[in-house]
Amino acid sequence: MTADPSTGPSTGPGTDSAGAAEDFVFGRTQAEREEILLPELQQLTEHHRANCAGYDRILGALGIKPGGAGGTIAELPWLPVRLFKHHDLASIPPDEIFKTLTSSGTTGAEVSRIHLDKAAAGDQTRALSRTLQAVLGKQRLPMLMVDTPSVVKDRRSFSARGAGVLGMAGFGRDHTYVLDAEGRPDPEAVRAFLAAHGDAPFLVFGFTFMVWQYLYEVAAEHRLDLSQGILVHSGGWKKLADRAVDNAEFRARFAADTGLTRIHNYYGMVEQIGTVFVEGPDGDALYCPDFADVVVRDPRTWREQPVGTPGVIEVVSTLPKSYPGHVLLTEDLGVVHGIDDGHWPGKRFSVLGRLPRAEARGCSDTYAESAAGPAEAASADPQGEQAA
Amino acid sequence: MSTKERLKGVFAHALDLDPDTKIEDLRYREIDKWDSLGHMALVAAIEDEFDVQFDTDQVIDMSAFKVAYDMLREMGLGD
Repeated sequence: MTADPSTGPSTGPGTDSAGAAEDFVFGRTQAEREEILLPELQQLTEHHRANCAGYDRILGALGIKPGGAGGTIAELPWLPVRLFKHHDLASIPPDEIFKTLTSSGTTGAEVSRIHLDKAAAGDQTRALSRTLQAVLGKQRLPMLMVDTPSVVKDRRSFSARGAGVLGMAGFGRDHTYVLDAEGRPDPEAVRAFLAAHGDAPFLVFGFTFMVWQYLYEVAAEHRLDLSQGILVHSGGWKKLADRAVDNAEFRARFAADTGLTRIHNYYGMVEQIGTVFVEGPDGDALYCPDFADVVVRDPRTWREQPVGTPGVIEVVSTLPKSYPGHVLLTEDLGVVHGIDDGHWPGKRFSVLGRLPRAEARGCSDTYAESAAGPAEAASADPQGEQAA
Repeated sequence: MSTKERLKGVFAHALDLDPDTKIEDLRYREIDKWDSLGHMALVAAIEDEFDVQFDTDQVIDMSAFKVAYDMLREMGLGD
């Protein structure tokens, strides 16, 4: 899976759907999610059964009768996210496909294919926009891209990174890249950007490891003042493990050495495009937008884990209407820290890392490792396949 | 030049359109050049030409030439 900023969400135009209400999307308590989302999710299950033969066969094989799907969000039938790598699952006819998104697998071997019709493409873009507006506001801010302009040069072959950069570009203006076309740090470009825009809020976007390596390290060395920045990043901590940088360290060092304190990690994947789980202002955990939820499961029994006990993350969202991706079991490990007890209501959680290929048996080892690691680690490995 | 003609010129240049393109009927993703990358160039070019700033929702909603034109008119840049 993956949290992928890449293929993802894009700020390309949606289609003609009427403008949705611009409500703040981090307002629902867990009880409200059960009450409001559950009927929508049950209807989605029936909708996808009626329109996606492959999905109907899978649920049928699990012994789930039509109309008999789940009395709580946690009881809804889920699909392993990996299924989208092996099966073309769509709930729309081929001639209504407007956009097909693909994940970028780490190995490159397998990619998920996610099909959107016009309505779904518009819905996901608007949902992402409303979600990020909770931390960015409506205005497009001057934007620092922690990447090289080369990643968006060839439209025929965007990498996951390129897709991520492009998907976020619409949230900003006056885009300035932190690396030059050859991928070398360009402190003078950053300095010029800060001279023009650095005394008012500006947006910074990048993959987590690049933000550390090419923004933090360069800004610290050149004593750049990033105190007006709002950083949005995703991609996971794996590549930073050898530098011993976890989320807490990342935040602390940015604050101390560059003045940057408004930092929001996010977690999402192309298989549930448009839905991103965003780190709250306190940096304590990821929060679910109002149209989404998470369930952390015991990898042996698949029962929902109690708060504080790590397990496999299931992501739930009412967005996927053109493909059966509304309830997906990821390949990421995570833990719910609390419910209705944080900055925003609902569940707050962290991503602890990837599920080892070894499956359930290996999980406990990983848990032990993770428990000793960064407690606040948030986010999966996007590149592995991601985007935002 | 009218707002509409100026806007057509911006589209033609920002999206590198063929001279025979029917710009007034153009819709997002209808042609290869108006994809998400082209869209970013287009939005920046319109903002430069007309000295306006669109917010995120407007960038997302700008799904056709006609929509862009209507937005400019709503911003007081009608002919």
